[in-house]
Amino acid sequence: MATAPTKRITDIGPPHYEEFLHPLIKKNYGKWKYHETLAPGVLCHVAESGDRLYTVRAASPRLLSVQSLRFFADLADKYCGGYLRFTSRNNVEFLLDDAANIEPLKQELAAAGFPVGGTNNAISNIVHTQGWVHCHSSATDASGIVKSVMDALCDRFTNENLPAKLRIAVACCLNMCGAVHCSDIAILGIHRTPPKIRHDILPKVCEVPTLISSCPTGAIRPATVDGKQSVELVEEQCMFCGNCYTVCPAMPLNDPENDGISIWVGGKVSNARSAPKFTKLAIPYLPNNPPRWPEVVDAVVNIVNVYAAHAHRHERVGEWIERIGWPRFFQLTGIEFTRYHIDDFKFAGLTFARSTHLRF
Amino acid sequence: MAENGKPKTEMLDELEKGPWPSFVTEIKKASEVNPMCDDLLGQLELSYQEKKGHWKHGGIVGVLGYGGGVIGRYSDVPEKFPKVAHFHTMRVNQPAGWFYTSDAIRTLCGIWERHGSGLTNMHGSTGDIIFLGTKTNELEPTFKELTEAGFDLGGSGSCMRTPSCCLGPARCEWACYDTLKACDDLTRAYQDEMHRPPFPYKFKIKCAGCPNDCVASIARADLSIIGTWKDDIQQDDAAVAEYAAGGLNIQKEVCDLCLTRCMNWDGSRLTIDNRECVRCMHCINVMPKALAPGKEKGATLLIGSKAPIVQGALLSSVLVPFVPEDELLETVKELVSRVWEFWDEHGKNRERVGELIQRVGMANFLDAIGLEPIPEMINAPRDNPYIFFQPEGEK
Repeated sequence: MATAPTKRITDIGPPHYEEFLHPLIKKNYGKWKYHETLAPGVLCHVAESGDRLYTVRAASPRLLSVQSLRFFADLADKYCGGYLRFTSRNNVEFLLDDAANIEPLKQELAAAGFPVGGTNNAISNIVHTQGWVHCHSSATDASGIVKSVMDALCDRFTNENLPAKLRIAVACCLNMCGAVHCSDIAILGIHRTPPKIRHDILPKVCEVPTLISSCPTGAIRPATVDGKQSVELVEEQCMFCGNCYTVCPAMPLNDPENDGISIWVGGKVSNARSAPKFTKLAIPYLPNNPPRWPEVVDAVVNIVNVYAAHAHRHERVGEWIERIGWPRFFQLTGIEFTRYHIDDFKFAGLTFARSTHLRF
Repeated sequence: MAENGKPKTEMLDELEKGPWPSFVTEIKKASEVNPMCDDLLGQLELSYQEKKGHWKHGGIVGVLGYGGGVIGRYSDVPEKFPKVAHFHTMRVNQPAGWFYTSDAIRTLCGIWERHGSGLTNMHGSTGDIIFLGTKTNELEPTFKELTEAGFDLGGSGSCMRTPSCCLGPARCEWACYDTLKACDDLTRAYQDEMHRPPFPYKFKIKCAGCPNDCVASIARADLSIIGTWKDDIQQDDAAVAEYAAGGLNIQKEVCDLCLTRCMNWDGSRLTIDNRECVRCMHCINVMPKALAPGKEKGATLLIGSKAPIVQGALLSSVLVPFVPEDELLETVKELVSRVWEFWDEHGKNRERVGELIQRVGMANFLDAIGLEPIPEMINAPRDNPYIFFQPEGEK
């Protein structure tokens, strides 16, 4: 017997957020008075009504199995009526109305290997991309670098002992799904050699005009190769952005021996004090060295330590560098200044020293 | 392949050591749910050995009637790792503010255990719940269970991407508008643009409740909605005195770091010249018990930020300095429709709105969307004399 087809549900959007709000949040929605920090990773928000909501924030690798998610769900049931959330930096947060539950929750999280912290003047979780776990255009892995760097900086997550908040991001190629262009410290996967054109498949898998127009420097030109329509590349004009590969699979630019990591510093998104700003180049190239990327870890730890030792209270990395000047940043960190630090793309002149304001 | 069908992962095993939670441990856990994860580990170990990725370029897959929400992913070594020959990602639209109940988490876990790898990202860079890895024939069944549970897919490709927001009034005293309501409302209003890519490239909206911008709206959204206020900072003098008594050096840590030096501390009383305040949030961040945003709340609308690809990174710039909270959604929707109309007509393939504005000029863009140029939009007037004067009377 035929059954009537069930109606296919589409375009409903996400569940409404109100379904997931803690009763204390519903009661005091928009009526919070102030907050205080009880310990690193533990916040207390006080409402105009006098109600107090406690938050315990823990680290997550972002890549989570259903088992770990269920572990979080069980903790939420046990300690906070089943209410939890995630932060914009991929931490997990438990929302409690009973302060007595804070310590046992912290202990269970610590015992399961999820450090509590990431608030205020700590290093919060690293925002990052997919890397070799799931991306086709990555110049490096992301999760492995995050794990290696945070293993070395875990104490800076569980303590609030920096001059200001410090935000690190990892992107495994210039597409920057991790938006590293405005972080205190950015770790960016880079290619350094031009794409190797696959003339054999190019006419079949790519639209040549789209490919040509994809190049920001006009380095790709039409060419006939073995009687077939294809392209040629002016290699001196290639800056290894990979945009051609995004639109055309016949332009792969993975190169295990030459791909690597660059380190950037001094960006921010917050409007607090100075205006939001981009990260700037600190180290143009470090080798891709899995599984622990020791050169990258050392470089980041060094920058964090020099910043922690020299910045004034409340100064973000970029604000500190603006105060002391870039020459002193390179001197204090021991990072070599090279020709690659001087911009030569659009608006390059804006980053030149256009005054005699020099320190000696 | 070692015993028990488990791959040898000597390099990845290194990443199970140390104090930070390990993604390798997570993948190994999920391999108990789905043996796909064994081949994921095997392929990832190969990437670690060879220092290169092993995923093929793209691949168009999806669910019926949608042009996005699924990222096709195929192994380039399927003969070695057949269980990840297909390993597609599904983007599931997160609830505004990333709030969940334990039941909702378990529902999502159950669906993904039945139909996929059991691996997730909480969350992806744009904000979606990421279901990481499944086969083509599991896409529709996953989608069916998701929608029956009240969830839907997010955006991918040249579409309106999944909007995201900070937690706003749910748990923050600084929220200058209801970010959750705005994010949720805009998400529902633009379901068609999210699921059926109509644009030259992606379009992102991010709702931040105050200028601290915890969702990086000014760096990562084509339309940045950032909460602010118009009247004076709310000040509680008794609480200021408490901070001073508690050892806070108000002169050094607050007044001296004020961007416009609009604050004065005489040792017992804090005064603010609110006319000079640029609403940067520093003083409020340092003294949350004593200072708060004003009562006349709303948002600043900014346009055009993006990461570097193609023509270079941009930060958003001011389009509308202040919209009162009760007019916010209507204003945003009206503005968005005019921006989309212009972008649709003049945008090139893979050109974000910010890049289009750079190419055609902000003044032309303002003409097209019907906004008057005002000095709040700039840091300074132009410093070059190459002006495209328009013929007299032809404004």
